[in-house]
Amino acid sequence: MRTTILEHELSKIIDLARQAKRLDGRGLEEMRDFSIEVDKYENAEGSARVMLGQTEVIAGIKMGVDKPYPDSPDEGAISVGAELLPLSHADYESGPPSLDEIELARVVDRGIRESKAIDFSKLCIKEGEACWIAFMDFYAINADGNIFDAGSIAALVAFLNAKKPKLNDKNKIIKGEYDGKLELKRLPLLATFVKVGGKIMVDPTYVEEKASEARYSVATTEDGFMSAMQKGKGAFSFEEINYMIDLAYKVNDEKRKKILKLVKK
Amino acid sequence: MMTEEKIPDYKKEKKRVDGRKMDELRPMSIKVGVLPNADGSAYLEWGQNKVYAAVFGPREALPKHTQNPLKAVMKVVYRMATFSVPERKQPRPNRRDMEISKVLTEALEQVVFTEQFPNTEISVYVEVVDSQAGSRVACLTAASCALADAGIPMKDLVAATGVGKAFGEVIVDLDKHEEDAPDAVDIPIGIMPNSGQVVLLQMDGLLTKEEWAKIIPLGQKACKDIYEVQKNALKEKFVLNEVSEKTVEAGVNDKVEEKTPKVAAKKETKEVKAKKVKK
Repeated sequence: MRTTILEHELSKIIDLARQAKRLDGRGLEEMRDFSIEVDKYENAEGSARVMLGQTEVIAGIKMGVDKPYPDSPDEGAISVGAELLPLSHADYESGPPSLDEIELARVVDRGIRESKAIDFSKLCIKEGEACWIAFMDFYAINADGNIFDAGSIAALVAFLNAKKPKLNDKNKIIKGEYDGKLELKRLPLLATFVKVGGKIMVDPTYVEEKASEARYSVATTEDGFMSAMQKGKGAFSFEEINYMIDLAYKVNDEKRKKILKLVKK
Repeated sequence: MMTEEKIPDYKKEKKRVDGRKMDELRPMSIKVGVLPNADGSAYLEWGQNKVYAAVFGPREALPKHTQNPLKAVMKVVYRMATFSVPERKQPRPNRRDMEISKVLTEALEQVVFTEQFPNTEISVYVEVVDSQAGSRVACLTAASCALADAGIPMKDLVAATGVGKAFGEVIVDLDKHEEDAPDAVDIPIGIMPNSGQVVLLQMDGLLTKEEWAKIIPLGQKACKDIYEVQKNALKEKFVLNEVSEKTVEAGVNDKVEEKTPKVAAKKETKEVKAKKVKK
């Protein structure tokens, strides 16, 4: 890995954090502003481009027809993939999925899957024979930290807009024709925090992630549930975790309001 | 598929399936400097094609045995997003991706003064996020803009397009429908617009010598047009200097106009300085 951050930058961030300040002037509980572009990529059945500060993430959904898993013959499935493209940061290299990419994909996946936002039985086409698989892949295009939250916004928006292709009588996709939308019953979003110099901050930038001693993400829904959690590196006390959960509901509610407003436009 | 449709005849119709003339490109737009993390970058939309290009370097070539003491090693990596094609693409790179990466590397090696940066690597990553025929030439066109944006010394830009034949007529910038024509010939070409040297050339299909002779001038003309789009994209980012020069000429009377360009020009020299220090 080519380290592109200087030591003094990291110690500066830690010093500032101890005074409850951040390098970009944000408050510790303040997330960066974000914008969304919906359905930009015409080959995808649903897609989104999200800019969270300088972090840029794109997500797209391809719907495929496959045989259901033997243990759930009347259910479809979703599949989530994530890539930290070498295009997005000098530290990232091409190659097979790294541990970070696998964790990233799985945490975003769990936030959506476990919230039961998608009714898998509605993805069944014919029991035991054919079902939908929604492949959602997201890519970091410019990585300035918190790909988790940017990815979860992009994923949610892509799912909100995903169309189901029409099928012929042999269950083959008819190109260019659609048969309704994928239904979402909940709107799960991730909120990610890091601890720097003993202080918790939401929505870390790349350098803040590098300077941090611990990381934690939690997915919340609009009706008060939590659907996934992941502690990354480091350690937290329960007081800290409870504080982050409360804050997660707050920032995710704000994000959700903004997403619904932007998507409806 | 479109099996039931009548096969068009371009010789008679004088207009293509999407309404273009035979020598007309799909609409193209380029923006440079779109990715703050990269040393140089470009985003290109060309018809439905949408691609990002990012340049990192010259930086230390790793692993060390890849270093060349005489010149910089160029590395171009072409990738497609899974949702960039009608049928989902498998995420890992396939043989097509690797071949395209290779020919793009060989094309861009020709325009960069690699001998100025021995033992280093210049990485160019191109990512196709939406596509409809002609993604490799879109990537090459974007990548050469990204290299220029990175301030890397170059002999020339590379302008690239598809040319070829479909439905009985010689055409430029084939779309998917034309690529699937029974008599389709697809020739991706990349040209250095100033010297006219060819740096990318591939061909698929059956072609006569007479048709080939008609195709060359079409390709050359199309690349000239693309070159103009590339130059304008670079000017859009770096033109601020020109603006400030103009205001100097205009004098100090126009205070409002004077203010903004000055600040912008200052910012840019800072950037250039930062780049020099890096090297």
